[in-house]
Formats: sequence, C-alpha cells, structure tokens
Amino acid sequence: MGSTPRRLSGILLGIGLLFCVGPAVAADPEFPTLTGRVVDDANLLSQADRAQLESDLKALEDKSSDQLVVVTIPSLQNLTIEDFGYQLGRHWGIGTKQLNNGVLLIVAPNERKVRIEVGRGLEPIVTDALSKIIIETSILRRFRAGDYAGGIKYGVRDLTLVLTGDAAELEQRAKARHDADNPATDWLVVIFWALIILWVVWSMWRTSQPGYRAGRGSGPIFIPGPGWGGGSRDSDSGWGSGGGGFSGGGGSFGGGGASGGW
Amino acid sequence: MLALTRLRSCGVPRVMCVMIAGVLLAGCGINTIPTLQEKTKGAWSEVLNQYQRRADLIPNLVETVKGYAAQESKVLTEVIEARAKATQMQLPPDILTNPEAFQKFQEVQSQLSGALGRLLAVSEAYPDLKSNQNFLALQSQLEGTENRIAIARRDYIAAVQDYNTEIRTIPGRWWRALLYPDAQPMQNFTIAEEKTKVPEVKF
Repeated sequence: MGSTPRRLSGILLGIGLLFCVGPAVAADPEFPTLTGRVVDDANLLSQADRAQLESDLKALEDKSSDQLVVVTIPSLQNLTIEDFGYQLGRHWGIGTKQLNNGVLLIVAPNERKVRIEVGRGLEPIVTDALSKIIIETSILRRFRAGDYAGGIKYGVRDLTLVLTGDAAELEQRAKARHDADNPATDWLVVIFWALIILWVVWSMWRTSQPGYRAGRGSGPIFIPGPGWGGGSRDSDSGWGSGGGGFSGGGGSFGGGGASGGW
Repeated sequence: MLALTRLRSCGVPRVMCVMIAGVLLAGCGINTIPTLQEKTKGAWSEVLNQYQRRADLIPNLVETVKGYAAQESKVLTEVIEARAKATQMQLPPDILTNPEAFQKFQEVQSQLSGALGRLLAVSEAYPDLKSNQNFLALQSQLEGTENRIAIARRDYIAAVQDYNTEIRTIPGRWWRALLYPDAQPMQNFTIAEEKTKVPEVKF
C-alpha cells in the first residue's frame, strides 16, 4: 500500500537520529514578522481571503481576548514543525501574559506540514485530540485537494467554534482580559512612597532649622512597608484598539496542539 | 559609624542611605543566584509534570490495545512494568544536585519510552485497533505529551545552563562564596532527547 517504504524510511530516520550527538537546541530560526493576524509569507491566500480572515480573527479577539493567528511560511528552516511552532509562539508572544490564550495555525506548504499550536492557557479547551480532529477532518482533506484557502478557512472556523463554545467561560476570559488592561492602582505602594518622601523632606527641613543640635534622635525609625520594589502589574496596553498594529500580549506556549502532514 | 554620623549631619537620613544601598546591591547581582535557582526548580517541576502526564495516559492506552491485541502480552506487560517503575521511583529531595539519582531518573524514563515505542509499533499490525477512535485520540494525546516533554526538557536545560554558568563565573562565584555556600551546580540531561522520545509511528 506504500506504507512499507514510508515505514522503512521512518525507521531509518529514527536510527539516524539516535546517532546524533550534540545539543538539542540549534541556533534560533528566523521568524517571520508579525504584520497582522494573518501572516501569509507563503502566499497561499488571496487578498479577499486575507481580509475576511483578519476581520474574523479580530472579532474573535474582541469577543474573548483569545488571539488566533494564521501563519503560512515558505520554509521550516530544517526544523520540525513542532520545534518551529512553539518557538514562533513564544517569539511573537501570542495570547495575553495572564491567560496564555494564544493559538497559531501554521501551514508550511513546501514541507507539507500543518500544525495547530495551542498556548498553555487554552490547552484544556483546544485539546490535543480536538486539534488532531480539526486537522484531519477540516484541513488536510482540503489541502490534499489543493484547496489551501479552504483548508485554512475551515480550520479557523472550527477553532473559533471550539474557542467560543462555552459561553460562561468566554465571559470569564473576556473579563480577565479587561481587568488586565485596567489594573487597579496599587494604593499601598503609592502611600508608602508618599510617606518616605514626606519624611525625607521633613528630616531635611528639621536639620536646616537654626538651633538644631546633632546628637538628637534622627526621628521616627521608618520600617519599610510592604510592596518594596513596587507592585508592578503587567498591563496589556490596547494594541489593537487603534484599528491597526496588532501584537502579541506576551503569552507563553508549552507544546500543546497537534500536527499533520499531507 | 563615623561616616554615617557625618552623613546625618548633612541632612541625608541614615535610613535613606541604607535603603539606597539595598537597591544598588540588588542591581549588581546579589539576587541572581537564588533567582536562577528558583527558575531552574520551576523548569524541573514542569519536566516532572509532563512525565507524569505521560504516565497517566498509559493505563488507558494499555486497556485499549488489550481490547484488540490481547495476544501481545509480552509487550503489554513490559509497558505496565516500565510505567510502574517510573511512577514508583522515589525522587530524593536533592535530585537536582545528585548525579546518581538524576541518572537513574533519566534511565527509568528512557525505558518507559522504549516500551511505549514497541507497543505502538506492535499496534501497527492491527487495522481495527488503528481505526479505533479511542486509540487515535490517545495517540494524539501521547504525541502532544511527548512534544511537551521535549520542550520542558529544553527549557530546563537552558535554565540549568544559566544557573551553572552564574555560579562558576565572576561575580556569581563571589556571591556564592559569600552568601550562598550551599548552592551546588545542578544536573543536566545526559541522555539525548531523541533517545528518550517515543519514536513516532506513522500509520
């Protein structure tokens, strides 16, 4: 059926890899630039398709704060698509830092590989098994027939369905994103520093008064309060809110998702 | 003491000087060793997490395969035993600095990978099993877990390299001698990633 030569080459490849000695991580690959929610470096999509996808993906992000990005690349630079995928996700920082809710749909037509790379936060929702099913049923079927645009469109549609499936959860994620965008001021830190500054000023004023004798106590001992170093909270500034300029929110990837080849 | 008294008389509060000194010290690396230690421990927990996740997938996998290929008892038992060894291994608290314990951990996980690989290879001969939905789902989960293990290992290796480098180079060396005499270099993976991965069987 043709699987024997494939299997043989698979075994040979495995044996070949066993003899590879050396660090597992090579130099960083060259990553494409994040120009928008659809990065079509392999030119698989028409202008109209791209525009439609961009607006669908933006709508998804507006609704649930999940960042779904489609990227087609001409070359995997001798990496497996799994190795490339998570590094690209981390490099772009797709998804918010708090929720790690990014998903990448990566298509490498020259190596004939596709991957759904899922951020850490979305792994329970877009599970490995679900990703595999989406790839097998919606994407690869069309890719094999040469319909790249269709495969990508339906892949995005299925992923959107999975991501927007649970309404209650969706609301929670949107709210978490809103809170991250508008962090409450850490009043404790503000008061702490205000007191320090006031005390310094008061000390200096006191010692500059005529008749002040060195040798008196130097004033109340101030015990450093909580929040030393500041309670800095990462806020995602509204990158996409201007209608242009999309960027990742610092989300992290751990290797979830699934791949397929045709 | 004299210096501090003089400082006070020029109007700058003593406590303020101490606080400024603290901030300056923090900038020049006094905190780097503990920070890197914690980072490495975090990366290690992630590695353990993913190995555990793989171990959790196995009982289901064995049951599914048994349903179609019960006669492959040798391979099935091998997997069950290898998994038992891996999950029952007690990790000593100093595993990150103890070369023998770390090596043993790697070997036990390697053996499990080998047994799993053989199980999957054997499953190739059973077309009914290969098309079983449950088996396909488990297979994709296993592939996903292997991927996560590989990435967790790489993150750990990077963290360990940073930490080991810090305690061996200046000024990390000095901070270590001064403040962190207990900081030991941590172990790194010696068995290559490819050997511990379950070989992918493409159906």
